[in-house]
Amino acid sequence: MRTIIFRTIAPYLTALMILFSIFVLLRGHNEPGGGFIGGLIAASALAIYGIACGVTSVRRAIRVHPMSLAAFGLLIATLAGLPSLFFKQTFMTTQFITLHAFGTEIDLMTPMLFDLGVYFVVVGAISSIALALEERESD
Amino acid sequence: MAGSSEHSVDLSHAMITAPVSAADWLVIAPTLVTILGGTLALMARKNTAAQPKIGMIFLSLLVIVNVGLLMRVLDHGVITMVMGNWLPPFGIAFTADALGASLSLIASIVAWCAGLYGLVTVDGTGRRYGFYPFLLLLLTGVSGAFLTGDIFNLYVWFEVLLISSYGLLVLGNDRAQLDGTVKYGILNLIGTNLFLIATGLLYGNFGTLNMADIAMKVAAMDAGGSVGPLATIAGIYLLAFAMKAAAFPVNFWLPASYHTPNIVVSAVFAGLLTKVGVYALIRIFVLILPGARDYMADVISLIAIATMITGGLGALAQAEVRRLLGYLVIVGIGAMLAGIAVGSTQGIAGSIFYAVHSIIVMTALYMAAGIMKLMGGSYQLRQLGALYGLNPYFGGLFLVLAFAVSGLPPFSGFWPKMMLVEASLVDGRGWLAFAILFSGFLSTLAVGRVWIFAFWRGGAEGTPDGATTVRLAPAPEVTSPALWLPLLLLTGLVIYIGLQPDAMVQLVQRGAEGVIDPSAYVRSVFGEH
Repeated sequence: MRTIIFRTIAPYLTALMILFSIFVLLRGHNEPGGGFIGGLIAASALAIYGIACGVTSVRRAIRVHPMSLAAFGLLIATLAGLPSLFFKQTFMTTQFITLHAFGTEIDLMTPMLFDLGVYFVVVGAISSIALALEERESD
Repeated sequence: MAGSSEHSVDLSHAMITAPVSAADWLVIAPTLVTILGGTLALMARKNTAAQPKIGMIFLSLLVIVNVGLLMRVLDHGVITMVMGNWLPPFGIAFTADALGASLSLIASIVAWCAGLYGLVTVDGTGRRYGFYPFLLLLLTGVSGAFLTGDIFNLYVWFEVLLISSYGLLVLGNDRAQLDGTVKYGILNLIGTNLFLIATGLLYGNFGTLNMADIAMKVAAMDAGGSVGPLATIAGIYLLAFAMKAAAFPVNFWLPASYHTPNIVVSAVFAGLLTKVGVYALIRIFVLILPGARDYMADVISLIAIATMITGGLGALAQAEVRRLLGYLVIVGIGAMLAGIAVGSTQGIAGSIFYAVHSIIVMTALYMAAGIMKLMGGSYQLRQLGALYGLNPYFGGLFLVLAFAVSGLPPFSGFWPKMMLVEASLVDGRGWLAFAILFSGFLSTLAVGRVWIFAFWRGGAEGTPDGATTVRLAPAPEVTSPALWLPLLLLTGLVIYIGLQPDAMVQLVQRGAEGVIDPSAYVRSVFGEH
């Protein structure tokens, strides 16, 4: 699979797919999309990069072990449920604030943090499986 | 959000509007603490020096919040928290009653002991492959299962604990472990799927998954004289949880897998996993589907008898300490099922008491087996011997645990067995009472054999009476306090419960009354109506 065309295109493709995955993640609150599907797109981006340029360069590029990414996701998804403790409400009650910045309204809410957690769990879990499989193939 | 101010919506129809006190967060705290600890430990997976520190800090926190939770439940009765502020039955409820909170506390104490014991028996590789994260996440599943008030949520916690247990089982990655894990995994997958199917049928019939809500609807249906498909649903649940709990005849996976992993993993599994199955049986058959339990009492009774007798005979036939202990776990499961078959307050209280006792004593016995291996170099009874001469105190300690597991006084196994026998006789189930006593006799023989072979005789098989042929060379780590402290703590609990059973009896009575009469449970979820 390591043709010159693929190897040249793959980094750009990966960057685009990751950008697209973040777009899908953020639009997921009111429209189709969300953390799970965004995470899958990001994981396939890493898989493509791995097929083209080798697993070691993917591992170098993401710096941490994919498993740690998954754990990080689970951590922030759990933390997303905690703010309601301070408002005398039950676990996982939605909290939201509206920020005014750059002349526009930005709605921030805890489900988004949860979705971000899901995103990381999916990226981490799927890409650690994918990278392990690709590694085995290149032996 | 934008637009919501134009038309007014009365949120009190859908959401909880009253403020929730921070103490109610104790219901969710055991699962939260373990998830946070598990993820932090997983992120620091390569740092093998930090692993035990993170593990022990969060396990200690877990014990503390569980103590807080149990105290709160004993003071205020059943407490409920519904996630996301939605009103039940739409929000997912966590409901802690005396049964769930006390089992959750015992489970966390056992896990703490295992975490400490694992300092010695789990090496750097085991830590790198995630012993502590898996242990913490296993406890997430276990505490979640004990505390949830939603039947689908119970299924999810079962999945969480199963996935963590697969990870713990293969830790070390040798051939026997993979073999054991495949058997364990396949049977548990089938059991979990049956659980899911039964839950789907239940949802199809009642349109709700909240346990308190189902209990109310089933009670109304029973009062109306209709049986509906409840017997079918209960039958599937019985099969599913019998697999989880390792009841006859679907228990072959337990002796096939429990002797393969690291000894501390076996200890945790023997203590916790099967009891979660028994807990689910009590929860579903006594709290939710009492009519179906009455209907199936004879079947459960037969299963209990078969489980106890086959478990006892299996234990007698084994020459490997860990396999033998695996069969003793099964004997205990049979005794707990006996209480469910009887179904009276005393029977259920006996089951709960037996579950608490079994969690403590089985974990302690596996830990003792690990020390025997370090001292004598083997798990095979043929090769063990002369341990008494090496360390007579350890010999005495093993004897205490052996008496406790067989149900001999004055240790913790005696009281629940007495309650169960009495409850069976009152209910007119003489054979059940006989099976409980006879399986106790078989267990006594089995553990007595271990004690005579491993401790009393002078050396491996073939040593003449009265002679000591071997000079044992124990492994150096056997003096480590991290091995002995958990074992001493658990044995101390066994002795304490045996000598002072009053507090425990009151606690389990309360737990049993709480599931037999669900009104307090329902009130806690739905408020005063």
